[in-house]
Amino acid sequence: MSMTELAETTTPADGENQPRKSVEGRSPWQLAWARLRHDKVAIICAIFIILLALVAILAGPISTLIGWTRSVPDPNGTSADGLPLAPTGTHLLGTDELGRDILVRIIYGAQVSLVVGIVAAVAAVILGVVVGLCAGYFGPVVDSILARLMDVVLAFPFLLFAIALVTLSGPSETLEILVIAFFSWASVGRIVRGQTLAIREREYIEAARSLGASDLRIMFVDVLPNLIAPVIVYVTLLIPTSIVFESTLSFLGVGIVPPKVSWGTMISDSQPYYQVAWWYLVFPSVALILTTLAFNLLGDSVRDALDPRTERLFAARKK
Amino acid sequence: MLRFLIRRLLTGLLVIWLISIVVFLLFFVFPPNVAVELLGKFGGKNPQLVATVTHQLGLDQPIYEQYWHFLVRLVHGDLGFSYYSHQQVTYLIGQALPKTLSLAIGAAILWLVFGVLIGVLSATRPRTIWDRGATVFALTGISFPTFVLGNLFLLVLFFYPKQAGFTLFPPSGSYVPITQNVVMWAYGLILPWVTLALVTMATYVRLTRGQMLEVLGEDYIRTARSKGLRRSRVTYRHGLRAALVPVITQFGIDVGSLLGGVIVTEQVFGINGLGRLSVQSVVNQDEPVIIAVVLLAAVFVVVANIIVDLLYAVLDPRVRLA
Repeated sequence: MSMTELAETTTPADGENQPRKSVEGRSPWQLAWARLRHDKVAIICAIFIILLALVAILAGPISTLIGWTRSVPDPNGTSADGLPLAPTGTHLLGTDELGRDILVRIIYGAQVSLVVGIVAAVAAVILGVVVGLCAGYFGPVVDSILARLMDVVLAFPFLLFAIALVTLSGPSETLEILVIAFFSWASVGRIVRGQTLAIREREYIEAARSLGASDLRIMFVDVLPNLIAPVIVYVTLLIPTSIVFESTLSFLGVGIVPPKVSWGTMISDSQPYYQVAWWYLVFPSVALILTTLAFNLLGDSVRDALDPRTERLFAARKK
Repeated sequence: MLRFLIRRLLTGLLVIWLISIVVFLLFFVFPPNVAVELLGKFGGKNPQLVATVTHQLGLDQPIYEQYWHFLVRLVHGDLGFSYYSHQQVTYLIGQALPKTLSLAIGAAILWLVFGVLIGVLSATRPRTIWDRGATVFALTGISFPTFVLGNLFLLVLFFYPKQAGFTLFPPSGSYVPITQNVVMWAYGLILPWVTLALVTMATYVRLTRGQMLEVLGEDYIRTARSKGLRRSRVTYRHGLRAALVPVITQFGIDVGSLLGGVIVTEQVFGINGLGRLSVQSVVNQDEPVIIAVVLLAAVFVVVANIIVDLLYAVLDPRVRLA
């Protein structure tokens, strides 16, 4: 569906709810932004994510302020038996088994989660869009080859493959991002392919072709803009998935390498101690959950805001 | 119908074959030094011994010959021997499979039934407190990594009650075979089931809700209502049936990636199923076992997808298989 069409079909339906306001012309993006702005949950999540990003960027200065570092343990940071210390005034969230400050390590963990999550998600979506566009646009031969390729990727026990690859070639942050992106693009590719197949048959594509537009131009100038909405939704929803993926790889010991810190590694390290040091397990877990939850809730709101049918559906059902 | 089945089986075999090549190539690109590892400190530095062992394992042959031997043995149902335990791979998998199936089937039933039910409930009451609650519940579930949820369950439902002096749920590593004692089998698996189900369920809640909202707005639903059918009958017989198609698609995909979820769940709850077997074999670079597990997982995905395609036709009379 083209964007102008969306706008036309949306406005009359909105008109039933807000008869005066919708007379002025508004683009679908303005409508979406207006819906998003009034979504309290979305705003709270966005603020949380921005704060988290700030904390991650300023991890160095903040940890100086707190007074502990990422890797150097506090000599008095463990109990006499060598066990982690409970939260106190010196260590706000307690310490780990080496006497390192958990709060500072969580702050550094935010860096890894955000960088890996965002870079991997964006890379996966770009790859998925390009492959999906090609599969949908270039007809049966290319399509069946690329569709098989997506089948193979989707049929792969990816976690196992990721572990195998990392064990054989040695873990690193770059490899982790590549692995996550590689196993996330196929689902995006499928969606984009399906949409492209439908759009390819529309009259304005035919018009573009008869005007002599090249395949590349049609794909990226005429088809792609119609896919922006699902793609944005996919990016926001793939970020938390990638963050979970990252922490899972780190949890299994095939992700981030020290001195960098991943929340997954912290949780994995805390396993032998959870019966004596709940804070060691709980605080990194809470950080991880709040982050993924914020991205998921925001993504959900973005989807609602971008879907022109949201208002109509509920308007229709209220009657 | 038959043509459809044959075509799907053939493309399925193609996918599995491609995956077997990819796994083989992986070991070709990053060759682990199996002989040195196996001989360890006893002979790992002796080049002659290393050469002998490499020869015995057939690892000195060119990659395509190794692959060909693998295929020939595979057709005969022989997956080779583990480099480490020297047991037959088929035996190792046979040991692990029942545990993984127990975990997977129980969890899959839980998440499918409850996910769809909660989805329907929130779609029939849109924008109410129920709907909001279901959304928050679902998104919280998506946001929980399996290992976080599992560990928190162990902390709160096993450890704290134990500290307080009573046993609520068993600790990690309490799997009992179903043939031994059904009750203990289920009891030992409750926490793993719930963990795996909660993490996966969210997708189903969202999917069912979205689909139901769309389907319930269609004309034939209005027709069904206006000819006087009860609301519940319309919702479940007319609405849900059509809404289930994408849910079933997702189910096919999830059963495929289940091995991923199972790896972590088995790790947290100490179940020695396929997930742990695969992690161990990967850490040991036990090539025959890894290839077998990956292929087995791929077979699951392919079979699940074919079943899903067949179910489409059952659920939606408009779908014709061709």
